[in-house]
Amino acid sequence: MQNMISIKDLHKSYQIGNNSLHVLKGINFEVKEGDFVSIMGSSGSGKSTLLNILGILDEADKGEYWLDGVLIKNLNEKVAAQYRNEFLGFIFQSFNLINYKSALDNVALPLYYQGIKRKERTEKAMHYLEKVGLADWATHTPNELSGGQKQRVAIARALASNPKVLLADEPTGALDSKTSYEVMELIQAINDEGKTILVVTHEHDIAQMTKRIVHLKDGLVTDDKIVEQVRAAAYV
Amino acid sequence: MSNLFSRENWNEILEALSANWFRTLLTAFGVFWGIFILVILLAAGKGLENGVKQGFSGIATNTAFLWTQPTSKPYKGMPQGRRFNYQNGDVEALWENVPGLRFVSPRNQLGGFNGANNVVRGLKTGAFSVYGDTPEFIQQEPMEIIEGRFINQSDMENRRKVAVIGQGVIAGLYEKGEPVIGSYIKINGVNFSVVGVYKKKGNNNGNAEESLKQIFTPFTTFQRAFNFGDVVGWMAITAKDETSITALLPQIKELLKSRHKISPEDDRAIGNFDLYQEFSKVNGLFNILSVISYFVGILILISGVIGIGNIMLIVVKERTKEIGIRRALGATPWDIRGQILMESIFLTIISGMAGIVLSSAVLKIIDLLMSGMDTSSMMFANPSVSLGVVVIALGILIVSGLFAGMIPAQIAIKVKPVDALRTE
Repeated sequence: MQNMISIKDLHKSYQIGNNSLHVLKGINFEVKEGDFVSIMGSSGSGKSTLLNILGILDEADKGEYWLDGVLIKNLNEKVAAQYRNEFLGFIFQSFNLINYKSALDNVALPLYYQGIKRKERTEKAMHYLEKVGLADWATHTPNELSGGQKQRVAIARALASNPKVLLADEPTGALDSKTSYEVMELIQAINDEGKTILVVTHEHDIAQMTKRIVHLKDGLVTDDKIVEQVRAAAYV
Repeated sequence: MSNLFSRENWNEILEALSANWFRTLLTAFGVFWGIFILVILLAAGKGLENGVKQGFSGIATNTAFLWTQPTSKPYKGMPQGRRFNYQNGDVEALWENVPGLRFVSPRNQLGGFNGANNVVRGLKTGAFSVYGDTPEFIQQEPMEIIEGRFINQSDMENRRKVAVIGQGVIAGLYEKGEPVIGSYIKINGVNFSVVGVYKKKGNNNGNAEESLKQIFTPFTTFQRAFNFGDVVGWMAITAKDETSITALLPQIKELLKSRHKISPEDDRAIGNFDLYQEFSKVNGLFNILSVISYFVGILILISGVIGIGNIMLIVVKERTKEIGIRRALGATPWDIRGQILMESIFLTIISGMAGIVLSSAVLKIIDLLMSGMDTSSMMFANPSVSLGVVVIALGILIVSGLFAGMIPAQIAIKVKPVDALRTE
């Protein structure tokens, strides 16, 4: 199977005052299409930085990043925006929904930036809301929804543009364990349909629900192993 | 994506602005107030201008009046202090030698302010100003003929003894309801048939009553009937629109001086009043007034626009996270910049339009209140703004909306998605 994500010798450092903080010190790994990878590491291990680079929100200083056969390097903001829109779906710890927009409009936002007409957009968005089980909540604004519901809206939004890769940054970080498992069940179901998913987490039980765990420590991959996937449904 | 006319864009903008109604309203008020003041100021200036120009209304302003005064310098053997008169020949000579003239009207007058009774009709008598005039005179000092007609060319040629009288004359010489046209009045012992009744336009320098107590007769008849020979009392000379009478005056004076053997250096012999010059001064005054109105109005408007810029800055700060989310979901920098700019322009224009509408409504009310009054002596009439002013105001609004949004938009696109999403 083709590599969906391929990273070679990735370096990244931040300038803080006069000191240079070397966060990523040469990371190599590959993710195949349909894979379900969790990236683990203590805070400061560089996992968020890695995710930002993978999300084309940030750029590496050195090294190569191939996304579905496309080299991501020196993109201008316009092209970067286009790639983010077409290739990637984001799920954040704090949901990051737009508060004054309804659930449906939030889900439709990536489609808006693709220039899709309103009618088609609404249909597609509704489809994904149904998929995450929130069709009845379409007209509600985020602050009328529970944490789990918000995250599911965010997942629907991430799926809306039918991206190649889903990037989830601590998707269950703000949720209680029961809701966490429900959300993970949904994410597993999406992976079962063949979507490539990367999850950044520091919770072991969440990591165990993926198919592969990559450990980061001090900016280097220390461990990369295939695991026996635990179905979240078992907990619910 | 940043299509000005796309409905999607407008939905986005409306959603963003309506997310905080109260603040949007307060922000809009600054620009609303600015444009309101601007329009009211301009309209008030226009009202003042209209009021003052009412005094000139209808008068051919490109006109100068020339009369004679005693000479102030001896010349060609003649002493100073010599009196002279214009003659019919001067009118011809002016026509022939000065190009660019539209009217040259010789005038003569009998009676006048505080004059003795000079007009008789039956048992009634009255003191009126009696003028000898040419048919063109009505175009220099327009009057409304409310009955009959004004003097015409055949009156001139046949030296008909006809007269056009004002309403003040009718009040003095006629019973109420008596037919006026075709009746006879006796001016200094000579019978004249009344052929027309006039009403003056404008306020005639506040002398409205006196201006209605006038009698106009054909210039030729006047000269013969009242023993004026070929004497011309004074002349009203109007230049064609493309030249100003002010520019022609030296030439006219020079010609008259040479015809009456007056020293070229004699500045006093030819008395003159240049209406055009006076009118230009008034015009200049109002131009300055409108510049001041624009200046003050735009300054107030700018403070409103700065308010909008300020709020947009806060909005951008507040929505840093939202902007980050949008960027992560695929918004290009232009999408973001466009949205902020459009929001600011939209806000500016909407509030500006509200200001224009309200100020127009206020002007309409003033208009209604004033319509019942006689404005002729108020120096203020019909305050209004032209469509041109509204278009200019709108242009100013769009430009200032752009300026108000520019800095915030620039800050907005500098927001890095990573940093934006990290702010908790």
